[in-house]
Amino acid sequence: MDIYRDAILDHYKHPRNFGALPSPTHTAEEYNATCGDRMRIEVLVQDGKTEPIVADIRFSGEGCAISQASASMLTERVLRRPVSEVLRLSPQYVFDMLGASLTPSRVKCALLPLEVLQKAVLKEKTLETAERSGVA
Amino acid sequence: MFDAAVIRKDFPMLSRPADGKGLVYLDSTATSLKPAAVLQAMDEYYTTYGANVFRGIYSISERATAAYEGARGDVARFIHARDTREVVFTRNTDESISLIYYAWALPALGRGDGVVTTMLEHHANFVPWLELRRVKGIDLMFWEPDETGLLPIDALETLVSKKTKLVALTAASNVLGTLPPIGEIVKRVKRINPGCIVLVDAAQAAPHMPLDVSAWGADIVAFSAHKMLGPTGIGVLWGRHEFLEGLPPFTFGGDMIKEVHRDRAVYQDVPHRFEAGTPYIAGAIGLGAAVRYLEHLGMEDVRRHEMDITAYALKKLQAVDGVTVYGPRDPKDRGGVVAFRLEGIHPHDVAQVLDDDRICVRVGFHCAQPLHECLHIGPTVRASFYIYTTEADIDALIQGLLRVQETFR
Ligand SMILES: Cc1ncc(COP(=O)(O)O)c(C=O)c1O
Repeated sequence: MDIYRDAILDHYKHPRNFGALPSPTHTAEEYNATCGDRMRIEVLVQDGKTEPIVADIRFSGEGCAISQASASMLTERVLRRPVSEVLRLSPQYVFDMLGASLTPSRVKCALLPLEVLQKAVLKEKTLETAERSGVA
Repeated sequence: MFDAAVIRKDFPMLSRPADGKGLVYLDSTATSLKPAAVLQAMDEYYTTYGANVFRGIYSISERATAAYEGARGDVARFIHARDTREVVFTRNTDESISLIYYAWALPALGRGDGVVTTMLEHHANFVPWLELRRVKGIDLMFWEPDETGLLPIDALETLVSKKTKLVALTAASNVLGTLPPIGEIVKRVKRINPGCIVLVDAAQAAPHMPLDVSAWGADIVAFSAHKMLGPTGIGVLWGRHEFLEGLPPFTFGGDMIKEVHRDRAVYQDVPHRFEAGTPYIAGAIGLGAAVRYLEHLGMEDVRRHEMDITAYALKKLQAVDGVTVYGPRDPKDRGGVVAFRLEGIHPHDVAQVLDDDRICVRVGFHCAQPLHECLHIGPTVRASFYIYTTEADIDALIQGLLRVQETFR
């Protein structure tokens, strides 16, 4: 399968959820030193019916078509999904989502957004629980 | 003058598969392709006289020793060393420089001492000096290139002083192709401070142009076999004999020792003092064959061919819309390497699409991240050339770039 299939090019040229949120509850940023890619993800977590959900999300940064398309697709998919589900997403989920056969050197690009997203919701969540339970 | 199209036949990796596209190899700066002569020399060692060196009285071991030391002689001749003992075999350029770090800089330098390096360096000749500043508190100063990648020579007057113990610089940038005038630089440095050691990273110079370490007047020169038609895993540290002779060993064990007793050991003279353990014998033999192959072509002609190809590549690249080329404008001022960016397209994507046509370029920071930061640019695409590069390779690259632009339009 072609790595630059139409869906990937479409998300790359017209990224969804690109930009910043006015008041995110969770943010994270990663820098991939081998290719100079920078990715930032901002999330607004709110209480859903039964558990916290991703109420809104934006990504920004610069990177290759694979990392940008991966971020665009991923943000679209996790919108309004429970945070607990986001934390369970696997690399395989991203590969299936992209639907392209990635060469080994591009795997890192594809997974950067998921890494940043999980870091964002994970990091601040533990901090919050720690604060709430008075440990911090 | 040799014909690149003809010598391509000497390189097995360039033989075109009957059914597919030929390789367009534009990454010789990372590592060069190897001619059959080098592979045969290594093969011959393993298949006919593959014994250890320095140990046997039997004839194949003596032949192995002679071949190993013969390769040292080949390298010494190739770089115009005055004395074969000045050539030490290491693993690669990084290890050659690290050897100097551990055997000399770390014990000898400290607070109050100055080290000068440049913003053109490969990490191999940059990280050791950052580390030396961290652990020994030396003053580290950076020689900055101008916007075309040239080092302004007069800056030496302010950078180098009586306190400067080391100037470590490249003879050819692996990104911009800049060729600092080493002879002139060494002269200037030694005029200000005769005791200052000058270390030259020649990883991108040794493969591509005539090298005369004696004429340079430097103290240490480092390079790797695999960038000059030889095998991976063997490199060279050339050091002025009086300088090397004063250094302690870097690794210990066999072959680097004269005598060992309960209470003491006496080390070998240079270069063997720095070559503990069974060396990469086949590698040295392969490097010797590579050097002879290059000598046969003539290094003046190697340089001329690369200058021609680089001039052609610069002209063709600059004619492509959206291409920005970095480095010196004049091909005379640069080696056979061109770093560039395609407007609006990430270098990764450029390389990925080119790979469909079996065009090999390198993308990223090329182990020279400080240089990219100094130029305020992101990662770049790098095409680099060697003796087997033809104008057809450049044309294929240009066609490939147009296809990249079409893909991401
Ligand atoms: C200028 C320069 N120095 C040092 C090196 C490191 O060489 P090696 O990886 O063989 O140690 C390279 C290779 O990329 C280089 O281009």
